[in-house]
Amino acid sequence: MSGLHLRAISHAFGSHKVLSGVSVFAAPGELVCLLGPSGCGKTTLLRLAAGLETLQTGQVEINGTIVADGKDRHQMPPEQRGVGLMFQDYALFPHLNVRDNIAFGLDPVKGGRRSQWIDEALATMGLTAYADAYPHTLSGGQQQRVALIRALAPGPQILLLDEPFSGLDVTRRAQIRADTLELVKKSGVATLMVTHDPEEAMFMADRILVMNEGRVVQDGSPVDLYFQPADTFVAEFFGPVNQFNGIVKDGRAETPLGSFDAPGLADGAQVDIMIRPEGFRLSFANETPKPMPGDPDNLMILQGTLEVVTARPLGRSSFIVLKLANGRTIETRIPGVFLPGAGSQVSAAVNTRQVHIFKTT
Amino acid sequence: MTAQAQRPPLIGHLLPKIQFSPWTLGALVIAALVATPILTVLYIAVTDTSHIWEHLYNSVLGLYLERTLLLMAGVGTGTLVIGTGTAWLVTMCRFRGSRIFEWALLLPLAVPAYVLAFVVTDQLEYAGNVQVALRSLFGWTRPQDYWFPEIRSMGGAITVMTLVLYPYVYLLARAAFLEQSVCVLEVSRTLGKTALGSFIHVAVPLARPAIVVGVTLVLMEVINDFGTVDYFAVRTFTAGIFDVWLNMNSMGGAAQLSSVLLLVVLVLIVTERLARRDRKFHHTSGKYSELPSYRLSGPRAFLAFTACALPVLLGFILPAAVLTHYAFRFYEETLSADYFSFVANSLILSASAAVLALIIGLFLAYAVRLSSGPWVKIASRTASIGYAVPGAILAVGVLWPTGALDQSLSWIGGHLGFSIGAVLIGTIAPVVYGYLVRFLALSYGTAEASLGKITPSMDGAARTLGASPAGALQRVHFPLMRGSLLTAAILVFVDCMKELPLTMILRPFNFDTLATFVFQYASDELLEESALGALTIVGAGIIPVILLSVTIARSRPGSR
Repeated sequence: MSGLHLRAISHAFGSHKVLSGVSVFAAPGELVCLLGPSGCGKTTLLRLAAGLETLQTGQVEINGTIVADGKDRHQMPPEQRGVGLMFQDYALFPHLNVRDNIAFGLDPVKGGRRSQWIDEALATMGLTAYADAYPHTLSGGQQQRVALIRALAPGPQILLLDEPFSGLDVTRRAQIRADTLELVKKSGVATLMVTHDPEEAMFMADRILVMNEGRVVQDGSPVDLYFQPADTFVAEFFGPVNQFNGIVKDGRAETPLGSFDAPGLADGAQVDIMIRPEGFRLSFANETPKPMPGDPDNLMILQGTLEVVTARPLGRSSFIVLKLANGRTIETRIPGVFLPGAGSQVSAAVNTRQVHIFKTT
Repeated sequence: MTAQAQRPPLIGHLLPKIQFSPWTLGALVIAALVATPILTVLYIAVTDTSHIWEHLYNSVLGLYLERTLLLMAGVGTGTLVIGTGTAWLVTMCRFRGSRIFEWALLLPLAVPAYVLAFVVTDQLEYAGNVQVALRSLFGWTRPQDYWFPEIRSMGGAITVMTLVLYPYVYLLARAAFLEQSVCVLEVSRTLGKTALGSFIHVAVPLARPAIVVGVTLVLMEVINDFGTVDYFAVRTFTAGIFDVWLNMNSMGGAAQLSSVLLLVVLVLIVTERLARRDRKFHHTSGKYSELPSYRLSGPRAFLAFTACALPVLLGFILPAAVLTHYAFRFYEETLSADYFSFVANSLILSASAAVLALIIGLFLAYAVRLSSGPWVKIASRTASIGYAVPGAILAVGVLWPTGALDQSLSWIGGHLGFSIGAVLIGTIAPVVYGYLVRFLALSYGTAEASLGKITPSMDGAARTLGASPAGALQRVHFPLMRGSLLTAAILVFVDCMKELPLTMILRPFNFDTLATFVFQYASDELLEESALGALTIVGAGIIPVILLSVTIARSRPGSR
């Protein structure tokens, strides 16, 4: 089978278990993101796929070849696997210039055929002028691009990216992400990328695997994960939430904001109700909140008005804290600039797609 | 995909749990080679049947122990005070010449203790310049007219060794002071401590692990010393081992004394390792700014200047000046004593040892980096204990196995119909082997430190780009480590040039190096005639001093 298959992989460092039965598949041309907090085992998984870590349990298959199997302790060395790996710190060889870095993985005899590819790649990434420069003279973004070209130069079977954008400053990230995505997609190889940034994962990935404490907790498309998180961990990982505790009654979960549909949950069940700040729609007290493009038609309009505690501009959006009748506060985030004065009253509605209800564990 | 699914090598099936890579295997072989002399000494000591032990125990053991411990205590205290004190003065205070003293204080490191012993004796004995001058000044005519300290004594040995060994403490203490965050010192000042108070209550406790490492290194050199104690007739363990072995002709007795001395060595190794472990996780503040420099003037500047100048003057300038003076007057005698063949011999021995130590040290350091299991780590620990083992013990431990190997080779040869004489004894192989055991830690340590500065993702990048482990070493690590490796080779080279006890015993018959030539001539009161040789050793010794002073100047975090 073509693509990258990681099957039922478990791994421990000494007595510390970092992976428990993780399976990942990436088809040729597909970009799969491993998303999770630091220490969840995602980088270890990448290193196991590359062969930099010895596989303990499970199986790694690359384009139909079993390259590592925990059962018979079969372990193909990394240099034979045809894996392109881009490191978080780029790991450019400081004693080689850009061109020699990129050509490192090329056979000196057959490498000639790829030299045209290198020139094109350098040109695409705007690095033609830096071919003879040494890594330490390059900016972070330039180093990142050299590292990516270097990983792709030998024409790898699969591509592995370890936190490829974490070393870049925020202003440059968007552009470099787009460039990277383009080059990776053009190569057509199965790509596995590790990140702890949900926004980055959503931008880059065809499919996201959310990991926590050595397990895959959810596997799906970016939109699935955002609108249908499997549990409170996934919901919270994709951004801050307002959390309420409630009890299911007649198929609905009661909260201080009102009651929400809780399909499939038995009456009397304890539930966590999570509402994203961006799930709220607000208007001045004398108006009715309107839906945004993409919202379902049936916004849930809240009864009465709410008191504004603070309203802060964030640029693209406004951050508004509201006080409920019972004294508790909720955080909301409204696109554009909407800054009602502190102490004033506003009307609110909730986009029910941004409400997630989970049985309390 | 062309690569076939590879099966583990055959040996993996034979030994289902332990699968050795060539790197692991190599590391274990190296460890075994280093451990052999030490194990040999213990073996000879245990199996000896000459019953000399009771005699040694009743007669000289107590004396050896007392003399050795006294010498260690004296030199340990002396180097601690001079090394730490001067390190503090040059790092924290500014006075006339302080910048020069930063590196000049390292110079005595270039002078082997036995060379200084000869020079000091030459100057201070009854016919020496100092006493002659005193006599003419005060009109004394006979030894009974005045009191003058006996140079060739315990006190003399302590003084001489302190003067050439304090740089070990200075070097480590200074590095530790430079590493200290200035913030903790400033906090101490704002909390009401004086500069001296901050030194005693903050800087020294923070630097203590480094200072302990320095002093243990000094003490290892003290028990290794043969030239000084022999010339000064101080009956330490090392002197005793040679005495029992060569004069009483008892290798068993020498091995038994060596075993007792190994206990002292063990204590030193453990102390050093513990202190080194303490050095980690030291700094609570990562802020480094320019160190405050207390500008001294007047009498304080004069005192600081004197405190730094005296060790350099006595430990380096005096011997260098005296030797240069003699070398100019007597160089013809030295040349006709076959100076150039001594130089050639020294070069051949030191260079072969340096190159081999470099290759083995690099191999070992890289094997440690590649491996995850405990085997290689154990092997590397074992391979780097030789630096603590005195040359006298190694001499016993190297000679016996090489002799045994020669005998078995000639036995095998005899059965096969060849006549094989001594293959190894009588060549430089045993000397080089001894040097390797003793100085491997130096090259290994440098290679390890240098490798440690290369991030592991470099290895990962090279491997995923198709380089084998050896290919990555050749194409990535080696080019990046070249400078440090050269330093390591030079350090080993110079230490081999200065080495005396191992060379004395293990060299081929009629084979003299600069060190053995100088020692034999000067011991026979022919210092002038060997001065050029001694000066050559000192000259070579200056190279690592320069390297060290450059390194230490760059080592301050945040300074670049």
